[in-house]
Formats: sequence, C-alpha cells, structure tokens
Amino acid sequence: MADNTPAGSTTDGAIQVGGPKQPIDARVSAPASYDVADFPVPHGREEEWRFTPLERLRGLHDGTAVDKAVDGGGVKVEVSAPEGVTVETVGRDDARLGKAGKPVDRVAAQAFSSFETASVVSVPKDTVLTEPVRIGVHGVGGVAFGHQVIEIGAFSEAVVVIDHTGDATLAANVEYLVGDGAKLTVVSVQDWDDTAVHAAQHTALVGRDATFKSVIVTLGGDLVRLHPRVVYTGPGGEAELYGLYFTDNGQHQEHRLLVDHDTPHCRSNVVYKGALQGKDAHAVWIGDVLIRAAAEGTDTYELNRNLVLTDGARVDSVPNLEIETGEIVGAGHASATGRFDDEQLFYLMARGIPADEARRLVVRGFFAELVQQIGIPDLEERLIAKIEAELEASLA
Amino acid sequence: MATLEIHDLHVSVEAENGPREILKGVDLTVKQGETHAIMGPNGSGKSTLAYSLAGHPKYTITGGTVTLDGEDVLEMSVDERARAGVFLAMQYPVEVPGVSVSNFLRTSATAVRGEAPKLRTWVKEVKEAMARLQMDPAFAERNVNEGFSGGEKKRHEILQLELLKPKIAILDETDSGLDVDALRVVSEGVNRVRESGEVGTLLITHYTRILRYIKPDFVHVFANGRVVESGGAELADKLEAEGYEAYVKGGVTA
Repeated sequence: MADNTPAGSTTDGAIQVGGPKQPIDARVSAPASYDVADFPVPHGREEEWRFTPLERLRGLHDGTAVDKAVDGGGVKVEVSAPEGVTVETVGRDDARLGKAGKPVDRVAAQAFSSFETASVVSVPKDTVLTEPVRIGVHGVGGVAFGHQVIEIGAFSEAVVVIDHTGDATLAANVEYLVGDGAKLTVVSVQDWDDTAVHAAQHTALVGRDATFKSVIVTLGGDLVRLHPRVVYTGPGGEAELYGLYFTDNGQHQEHRLLVDHDTPHCRSNVVYKGALQGKDAHAVWIGDVLIRAAAEGTDTYELNRNLVLTDGARVDSVPNLEIETGEIVGAGHASATGRFDDEQLFYLMARGIPADEARRLVVRGFFAELVQQIGIPDLEERLIAKIEAELEASLA
Repeated sequence: MATLEIHDLHVSVEAENGPREILKGVDLTVKQGETHAIMGPNGSGKSTLAYSLAGHPKYTITGGTVTLDGEDVLEMSVDERARAGVFLAMQYPVEVPGVSVSNFLRTSATAVRGEAPKLRTWVKEVKEAMARLQMDPAFAERNVNEGFSGGEKKRHEILQLELLKPKIAILDETDSGLDVDALRVVSEGVNRVRESGEVGTLLITHYTRILRYIKPDFVHVFANGRVVESGGAELADKLEAEGYEAYVKGGVTA
C-alpha cells in the first residue's frame, strides 16, 4: 500500500458497509486497487484500454498529468441541495471515501491517489427529497482529480444531477452509497466543451431492497471514458442503468459498464443508446454482467443500440454476460448498430417530410425513451435542444 | 381536376462505364379518378419511372417534362413533390430505425396537410384505417418497416396512401411478394382510395394477378424504356395469355 492512500478508507479490513466484494473482472490487466502504483502504465493493447486513444488522455494514464488547481485551473464544483441534505467538502482521510469499491483501472486509481478534497453529499434516512440535488462541475481548463460521494440513508428517496460543463482534463471517482430500501436516481450529464477530457469511475453500492437508477448523458468532450459499476450489498436490490450519447466529429465517447450480481434476487436493466455522426466519431460500449454462483434469482437484461447518421463514424459494442448459476429468473443482452442513410432520408422525404426534419425525427425518436427517464423537465428540454443543435451544426 | 403529364421523359443512371439511359422517351397522362396499369417485363424501366417521378437522387433526368396541374415536378425536391400530391408506394419500403410508425405517420400527415392534424380525430383516423387494412394496433408502436414482413410493409404503404390522400398515387409493384389474402386486403385499400374519385393511380406491375382486384381504365405495355402499346383492360388479358414475348424480341431489355 502506497503512502499517499488515506488511512481508514483503503484497507479491506476498514470497510464496514456489508464488506463490498470487489468485482473480479477476468479480463483486466491488474486487480482493483486504491493505489495508482499497483497498475502498470497501459500501452493500449490491454483488454480494458484497447479501444481508447491513450495519447488523447493528456497524461491521465501515465502520471504526467498534474493537478494545477493551485493556479486557478481545474474544475469548480458547486452543489445546490434542498433542505435536509448535508453537503461537505472533506479531506482525504474522511472515513466515507472509498467505501463503494476500489478503482479498477489506472486512471481511476490516479484520481483516487491524487485528489485533495472530496465532496460528500448525504441524505439522512427516511427522507424523501422533492427537489433534485444539483452538482455543477465546471471545468476552467487544466488538470483536475475529483472525488464525490453521494450517500443516501435507508428508505430515503433522492434525485441527483451531476452536470459537467466547460473545459478540463478530469479524472474522478464518484461513489453512490444507497441505503437499504432507498431510491436514488442519478443523472450525470457530460455537456463538456469539445476540448475536454473526462475519465471517471462511478461505483454504486446498492443496499437491500434499494433501487439505483442512473442516466448517463454524454454529448461533449474530446474524450469521455466512463465506467459505471454496480455492486449489491443485499437481496432485492435493483439497478436501472440508462445511457445516451451523441458522438460527433472527432469525439471519443466510451462507456464501460459492469453489473456484479453476487447477491441473490437482485435485478438489473441496462439500456444505452448512441447516435454518431461525422468523421472519426468513435463510440465504445462495453456491457459486462456477472452472475455469480451465489446470485440465485437474478434477473438481468442489457441492451445497446447505435444509430450511425453519416459515414466515417465507428462503433464498438461489446455485451458480455458471464453466468455461474442456472437458478436465475432471466439473463439476456442485445446489441445492434444501424445506419441512417440516403434511402431512409428519401423514404421520409417522399412522405413530405423536409430533410432536416427527417433527421431530427430519427434522432429524437431514437432517444425519446431515454430522455423520458430523466424526469426533470428543464434538463430534458436542454438536452433535446443540445442534441438538435449538434445535429444541425455538423450538417451545416 | 389534377393531371400528371409526362412528356418525352428520358432518364439515366450512373453505371460503371458511364451513364446508361433507362427511360427513352416516356409519354403518359394520368388524370384524377383514372387508373393506369403499367405492365412490362423485368428491366423494362417501370420502377425507374416510379422513382424518377418521386425524385430519387439516383436517377438523372436527361430530357422531357413532368408536370402536375402545369407545375414543373422535376424542379421540386422529393418532399415538395410529396406535398404537391405525388405519392409513391415503394416496392421495397425502407427501414427507419428510431422512428415509430405513429410518429412517422403524424409527422408525414402534418407536412403534407400543412398543419398538424387534431390529435383526437387523428388517433381515430389512424386506428380506423389500420383496422380496415387488418393491421394490429400494436403495429403503430413499432419502428418504421423494421422487422416487418413483406405483407406488413405493403399494408403500411397503403395505410399511408389512405391517410395522405395524394392527387397521384404511384404503386410500384405493390403486389409483389404478397400471398392471396394480403393481396386482397391491400387491393381493397387501394380501391377505397380510388373510389373517392380524387386520386389518379399509376399501378406498376409485372403480373396481371392484381388486376383481378384493381380494375384499370387503361393498360400500358412498357418495354425498353418507353410505352410501346396502350389499350383498355382487355390488353391485360392479352398479356396474361401471351406474355411479354412479342414486345421484347429484338429489343434491349437490359
């Protein structure tokens, strides 16, 4: 264990909450660890890095990216929360940090080894929030390492929006600790400038009979690489993971999910959809679901759909299901990538629909079921407007 | 009365060794209320005529005119032609991922009618039209043509014909690939539209089978890129008996 890991939060023995079992991904090059030194610098051929253009990570993967927040760079985090919610900025030694699980790759470990302060948002037990908690993460240029913990107590209900804007080179870990019987919805919006680099691990620890719903919306950034993960701490847990990405000209947007079913009678449902357009647009979707021997009664399904709007875009979609017990309710996955091409455009126009409207119709229809999952009208409208603006900007 | 006039239409496509002329001077006039059957062997240019009238970018007009009530159709974009009242029921309707049938129909009707149909009457209108074509209501929530059977695709085309009420309906081999039941249902749909007396129909087909259900006023034999013989419904009987043999010998059928 390296010296810079915070005491009290990093050793397995110190973790109290049901003792989260680290997911063991068979295909990663190093076991999960809080310490960046435990991971070799990736060279790009490793399973977990083979789709990622390492040179565009701006040194987040090899230790050359250094936080210059002291110069006024990095990210500014602002939290607005309804009454009853505690918002704290804490140091590295806070006992709540690192509870959801260890970083699983070098960039996440770099973030864990490098952040100086963390935000902790806590909702006490038996509290139902009527307004969302809004966390603004605004990049003002330069490198930043972030850490956030969202903790909601037993039988509470909360909606949290994390809204990323501006320009930054950000590596971060976000932990969701969902208490027994609680319901947490998190909407993470990556509405970055097209210069930003954002790599983050989102780890949810879902309590007994708790519901965790995540909606990831990735529109901006030069490179965005997110790693949403779900681990259950008791039976009856439910995870709904939704994602929407609009990848255009030159953007690399990568979503790598893992749902670790190691607890009986839990459910998971994954739906990610992406639209791509423009030259060198590259979207990557990895959906790993593990159903371990102990996880009897598991019910899981994952789906990835991609809509390629123009030539020159690339999608890599890799669903992966590993099942160690037959005593389950259901397990399935599907992945499909389709094109919107001139024949489709002709068909819609031959029914009187103008070309620009035809494209809007297709993209809006494609994303509709996911946008509806957000459930926050002003945010939904902003995101639809943003998608349509991107659509028009790159067609112009 | 709406009239589509095609005069000396010449159309080429890009082939490997330069442009190739497919239509070689087509003359045809279709008036509202009339049904014209265009029959011909494979490769005679029937579908090229259909797609050229709808404005498909693959086809280059090299000569001639097409007017709808005196308006130059060839100057119009694809969507303008549709809004002007030209409807093409396609032989191979295209899958459009991400767009539900109900959303598509409403967007299309809004564009063609110039205003959004009132929701309540619209829902009823679509429901009734679907019922007449023996389409399951769940069909409306599926993506346009995605995973449709051949028969479902054709019913969906005729559903649009019924809802959009064009001035000129071009039916490109709507009968191909249909079993007898589906052919009957689809034909009944076409006949309902024809009975309104407000549509001129251009029925393009290879087989005489559909003409048992849809009675044409005029039959034209199409061969080698032009109309080579025109007549009444009796011409179809002759084709049924004798085939296209007489029209293709010596000609380039490509």
